[in-house]
Amino acid sequence: MLAFALKRLGLAVLVTFTVSVISFSLLHLSGDPAAAIAGENATAADIAAINRQFGFDRPLTVQYTDWLWKALHGDFGESYYFKMPVADLISDRLSITMLLGVCSISFALLTAVPLGVAAAVRPNSLIDRTALFLSVAGQAMPSFWFGLIMIVVFSIKFRLLPPSGSETWRHFIMPTVVLGYYAMPAIMRLTRAGMLEVLNADYIRTARAKGAGAGRVLFKHALRNAIVPVVSLSAVQMGFMLGGSIVVEAIFALHGAGYLAWESISRHDLPTVQALILIFSCFYILFTLLSDLANAWLDPRIRVG
Amino acid sequence: MKPFLATGVIALTTALSCGQVFANKSDDTLHTAFSKELESVDFYFQSAREGTIFARQVWDGLVYRDQTTGDYVGNLASSWKWVDETTLEFKLREGVKFHNGEEFDADDVVFTVNYVVNPDNHVTVPGNVNWMKGAEKVDKYTVRITTNGPFPAALEYLSGLVAIYPNDYYAEVGPSGMALKPVGTGPYRVESVEPGKHFVLKKFDGYYGGPKGQPSIGTIDIRTIPDINTQLAELFSGGIDMIWNVPADQAEQLAAMDQFTVANESTMRIGYITMDAAGRGGEGPFAKKEVRQAIGYAIDRQAIVENLLKGSSKVVNSACFPSQFGCEQDVETYSYDPAKAKALLAEAGYPDGLTVDFYAYRNRPYAEAMMAYLADVGIKANLNYLKYSALRDMQKKGSAGFGFLTWGSNSINDVSAITSQFFKFGDQDFARDEEVKTWLDTGDKSVDDKVRKENYSKALKKIAEEAYWIPLFSYNSNYVFSKDVAFTPTPDEIVRFFDMSWK
Repeated sequence: MLAFALKRLGLAVLVTFTVSVISFSLLHLSGDPAAAIAGENATAADIAAINRQFGFDRPLTVQYTDWLWKALHGDFGESYYFKMPVADLISDRLSITMLLGVCSISFALLTAVPLGVAAAVRPNSLIDRTALFLSVAGQAMPSFWFGLIMIVVFSIKFRLLPPSGSETWRHFIMPTVVLGYYAMPAIMRLTRAGMLEVLNADYIRTARAKGAGAGRVLFKHALRNAIVPVVSLSAVQMGFMLGGSIVVEAIFALHGAGYLAWESISRHDLPTVQALILIFSCFYILFTLLSDLANAWLDPRIRVG
Repeated sequence: MKPFLATGVIALTTALSCGQVFANKSDDTLHTAFSKELESVDFYFQSAREGTIFARQVWDGLVYRDQTTGDYVGNLASSWKWVDETTLEFKLREGVKFHNGEEFDADDVVFTVNYVVNPDNHVTVPGNVNWMKGAEKVDKYTVRITTNGPFPAALEYLSGLVAIYPNDYYAEVGPSGMALKPVGTGPYRVESVEPGKHFVLKKFDGYYGGPKGQPSIGTIDIRTIPDINTQLAELFSGGIDMIWNVPADQAEQLAAMDQFTVANESTMRIGYITMDAAGRGGEGPFAKKEVRQAIGYAIDRQAIVENLLKGSSKVVNSACFPSQFGCEQDVETYSYDPAKAKALLAEAGYPDGLTVDFYAYRNRPYAEAMMAYLADVGIKANLNYLKYSALRDMQKKGSAGFGFLTWGSNSINDVSAITSQFFKFGDQDFARDEEVKTWLDTGDKSVDDKVRKENYSKALKKIAEEAYWIPLFSYNSNYVFSKDVAFTPTPDEIVRFFDMSWK
């Protein structure tokens, strides 16, 4: 088990390393970083000065190893754009994204799992149809559009919620719903499909036959088995929400890490991009690990295997 | 995607809105938004328009350009004179205080100038300041600035690009401290800074007045809202009172609603088509003058202005913004004449047209309109739509010689701010004309206005005659604000909060 965990960890480190090499090269290939930093009004002399200042005139391998060496020592350097330590910049932005991610995945799970269970218990009923409609709509509706509709209705028409910012909990309601709704359909469909399959299994019939209550059968016997793939999926979705909440963060002016990553790429702010990629990769790995542990707890067969 | 969406937002809000606006006149706070995350509020360590806007409220320069007359008037300086061709002497205003109570005198000017011109300090846009060699103190209220060679545009640069910092404070906190707690002499002091996100300015009670005048609105609250649709939503919900850079179509709709004031003003940015006349990317069709001229005749610039840019945009014929000093207007013009374009192409040896790569980095619809016009005369232009930094990188290497680009001249009202960049053999010069360069050099180095005008005129006439560039149009900006706000925009695209008031 330990060997297995170590092997997986080693693989994860390799993946992170590869991702950072690729992102580093791509950023350098996609345009002159000095021109991006200097901005649209820069003269050729300005750009040359920036090239020297940040050492872009050195070979790529030297620049990369230099970054890697410092990063391994916990020094992510200074953001080219904000001229402040990347660590400070990211910790400020990451807390917003984390909060939004946790709220959204909770929202998605709290709505998707009950709906999925209900839909599986009564297939083709009104509740199943409603769940299907919600799921199709959630899948089809781009989040930027849904976000704007929410703003128009709740901020402009009824003036209930502030359209943008991150000062109070009220600012997080719409972003949570929009981002959570995006993750909801997949979770719900997986719950429904898993439950349908499990509910037809022999051991459920046995459980019912021995006189177990309907609730007990549903939640203790069925859901526990049906939820295993959902846990894995949620881990992936959570990782996605941290890195991929760009659109939602931009629309609601949340200034989180996703938006920071997106903007930093166009600004060629290499230290920030590299650090964010590292952090996002680590989160992915962490979430996958956590979901494996959760599944092992839910399903003893995984523990043994 | 965006213009379409914003149109939708306006349509929806028109349908839903109860027509009620909650302005912030009651608490004397003007709420507004920046579209871009400002990298730093230290003026010398950023390159954004938003940074210039911020700086203009918080700091003062030695001189100030009056927006109505275009004259330079004393700001922190009370008078000045050229001692010789490279030395400017300033008498400073007395009794001026910085926001932290520090007294303003010659030491502040000397410190600021010498700090920013020092290459070790790595200011973001060295070109803004490295025309100065340094500054020295004559007495407490007299200071001399020396330039690296004659620099006739010195006052223009000083009025817009050199903000004076408090020497004691800046020496202590440096750029990182200034970025978090800026201190200046300007009409507004900075109450709080959340880097890139939120800035609050308060009227500075100890402001000396000067040409900017006393500010009227008590508090300016600026948040960064990247999405124009969200900015519109905030405007409708009363969360902010003013936005700018609103796309033309949305501005028209908003104006029709009569709920906000919509003001349009030209900016100093112009669009142009560059062509590889010098053959930097290898011998191509643009080495032939007839082909370059054909491009000029092929495109209906007036139609693009009327249908796409709208507002106060105008067709530009000379390779500069018309208000810039030395921007000769009496040059060869290329009005829309597709038949003539075809004839010129045939004359150049392309009777069946030609296929070329066409580069652009912003305003894709404008680029596409140009491509359609080019197709009409038989030029098949393949669009390469790149990020600006990638395009600049290619041009540095001599490729991407045919494209639609723009230049804002840093809002400097002097022709050298544009011609130096494009016709003096720099990365973006695809003409490489020795004669043009000689004239421009003479103009740039003379302090005699007459000599300057003459030489710039010759250069610009030749640029037009040779069709090295096809200047296209000037840009404009739409400002949308609450009916409670009194504000008049200016062509330098700098929003002056200290000029605004409540109605």
